[in-house]
Amino acid sequence: MKKFFALLLALVMVLSLAACGKQEGDPTPATNDIKVGFIMLHDENSTYDLNFINAAKEACANLGIPESNYIIRTNVPEGQECYEEAAALADDGCSIIFADSFGHEDYMIQAAKEFPDVQFCHATGTKAHTEGLDNYHNAFASIYEGRYLAGIAAGMKLNEMIENGEFTPEEAKIGYVGAFTYAEVVSGYTSFFLGARSVCPTATMEVTFTGSWYDETAEKEGANKLIGNGCKLISQHADSMGAPTACEVAGVPDVSYNGSTKSVGPNTYIISSRINWVPYYEYAIKAVMNGTSIDADYTGTIATGSVQLTELNESVAAAGTAEAIEAAKAELSAGTRHVFDTSTFTFQGAALDSYMADVDSDAAYTPDTEVIADGYFHESEFRSAPYFDLQIDGITLLDTAF
Amino acid sequence: MLSRFHISKRSSLSPQKAWLIRGGAILLALVICGIITTITTGLNPLDVYATIFQGAFGTARKSWVTWQNVSVLLGISLAVTPAFKMRFWNIGAEGQVLIGCLASAACMILFGDKLPNGLLILVMLLASLFAGGLWGFLPAFFNARWNTNETLFTLMMNYIATQLVAYYIIVWEVPKGSGKIGIINQNSQMGWLPQLAGQQYLLSILIVAILTGAMYIYLQYSKHGYEIAVVGESRRTASYAGIKVDRVIIRTMTLSGAVCGLMGLLLVSGINHTMTTTIVGGRGFTAVMVSWLAKFNPIAMIFTSLLLVFLDRGAGEISSVFSLNRSFADILTGIILFFIIGSEFFINYEIHLTNSAETEGERHV
Repeated sequence: MKKFFALLLALVMVLSLAACGKQEGDPTPATNDIKVGFIMLHDENSTYDLNFINAAKEACANLGIPESNYIIRTNVPEGQECYEEAAALADDGCSIIFADSFGHEDYMIQAAKEFPDVQFCHATGTKAHTEGLDNYHNAFASIYEGRYLAGIAAGMKLNEMIENGEFTPEEAKIGYVGAFTYAEVVSGYTSFFLGARSVCPTATMEVTFTGSWYDETAEKEGANKLIGNGCKLISQHADSMGAPTACEVAGVPDVSYNGSTKSVGPNTYIISSRINWVPYYEYAIKAVMNGTSIDADYTGTIATGSVQLTELNESVAAAGTAEAIEAAKAELSAGTRHVFDTSTFTFQGAALDSYMADVDSDAAYTPDTEVIADGYFHESEFRSAPYFDLQIDGITLLDTAF
Repeated sequence: MLSRFHISKRSSLSPQKAWLIRGGAILLALVICGIITTITTGLNPLDVYATIFQGAFGTARKSWVTWQNVSVLLGISLAVTPAFKMRFWNIGAEGQVLIGCLASAACMILFGDKLPNGLLILVMLLASLFAGGLWGFLPAFFNARWNTNETLFTLMMNYIATQLVAYYIIVWEVPKGSGKIGIINQNSQMGWLPQLAGQQYLLSILIVAILTGAMYIYLQYSKHGYEIAVVGESRRTASYAGIKVDRVIIRTMTLSGAVCGLMGLLLVSGINHTMTTTIVGGRGFTAVMVSWLAKFNPIAMIFTSLLLVFLDRGAGEISSVFSLNRSFADILTGIILFFIIGSEFFINYEIHLTNSAETEGERHV
């Protein structure tokens, strides 16, 4: 019996060692056969990851990278597994590797330190500008502008419902399902709210948090609770179909995120804002092809095509929504309108003229950078990831345990 | 004429024959998986099997990670074994490991810049052994004193550990509101277990290898091991033979918990360098299966844990390579496990086909 085990163990060891013998790829390929790796937190069932997966495929197709030369790894958790995947992709000969989720950051940095010849690009992270690594980069987009424009569609829908006599102007309450109380989410719902209030001045908002980026049940329950609290319109910053589905069942209009969710909400879906990652993917991959450097922080904008609104659902949206959005978009692009204009919101009852934000993340959350100048909050300028974390007046937070 | 099945317990089965049945079950499972794969996805099952193997042993790094994962699962399985051998239904390994993780992470965060590295690691070791031991001690103490149900008690201790970890993640999260701690002491590497011979995956493998040998000797040759076996056979017999049953139960569960705590230390300070509520990832429960399938034999557990890790890593690989949903990989793993666990039935029982014409008496032999 024991001999049998010993033999079996020896056999397995030998087999696994034989497999070890296979050599890893060459990390510096010629420009025409560049290999690219993508790490995704979930798979295409998540609206957030689907948006990245589609962009990865599109960018590679545009750059003429054949399918055999890019690898998309899905369902990579925000832990040591992310480092293992990044290292495995580098072993496979990828010369640039992207990761899509906030919690992947530290593991990408760990891999970047080990593979100095490979470029590591992390979407939504905050540390590239303080780590000082040549091969580690962050990217985000001024999605607060997209949220603001989607907010205009929401405000116009509220106005339409008020005009139809469905509720009074004072009852125009928006519900928002957020993932965490983190700045990225705060910046998102605040810009959305400011967009809505720019057309519907009596609007208020309630925000609930799920404590997860992807939890279909919690997101559905969150939306249902908000609807039960009297919210007339829902939006969300969490990655499942939970909130849109709940809205469709309850018949409450929904402004979505990450891409159109019309498929599950044909009668309630209005519009969605999303980050188009194709411009960044193309920019970074091209940089590797041409041997040029990649910026530590890249912030995509409306002008670069990174901030997009998808599929306005004319049958649900209020009349004139498309025109109103276009007008506001032109003003944002021209710099004549700012999302976080300090004259449009108050904080603890007063207008803000100074705010120190925690731009260089540290364990003590030390405020380090003055971000208000020229009458507005300068979001995503000192690093690509959002740092607007103020709880402005008019927004009520529920369940802030996360 | 009707045929009937007649099931009887096998009196004995040679180990060779038992392993033949197990091997046959795995082979049959692979064939069924192949058929299902072809029907549902149109892929060549051989490609799928090759990819499973690639996922576990495709490159040097993948092999190392596979063995590292085996070491974690095996370590937790070793930890739960003494209690199970004693017929103490401890399903709290998940929580015992997690609380060990919390203890190590707490030391790394709170003392990271206050103690020299060697001393810090010693403090972490003691803290995680103590925390895990306490999580094992409590249900055993209550069971021995007031005869509480150990299954419910250990299960509930899991939830307490998870909630404590969730709470401290919010206390220590960086940046604020993000719900994650991130890598602890990433730049100073304080409290990180050292790499052996420059090989980052080796340490946990080596520690668990030593643990495997130690546990084998402890269970087979020590007085404690004998007492555990006797208590497992019958508490009354043990009592009659002069064994202090309560003491054995408490001692064994504390040991189980402490070894779980040690695995928590390895997870946090040796492998992940962070803490999440899902860091143990259900391995505290999978360990129960590993231990049972191996009949509580630490050496056999190497194979059962390797099999489960191999399937899991292979499953992850096929979902990525063939762009299949992760659920498909889980279906395949489920089928294989079903057959392996099912084969234990045929090892313990045999089935005869009898004619209904035969007398009642014969059927009850």
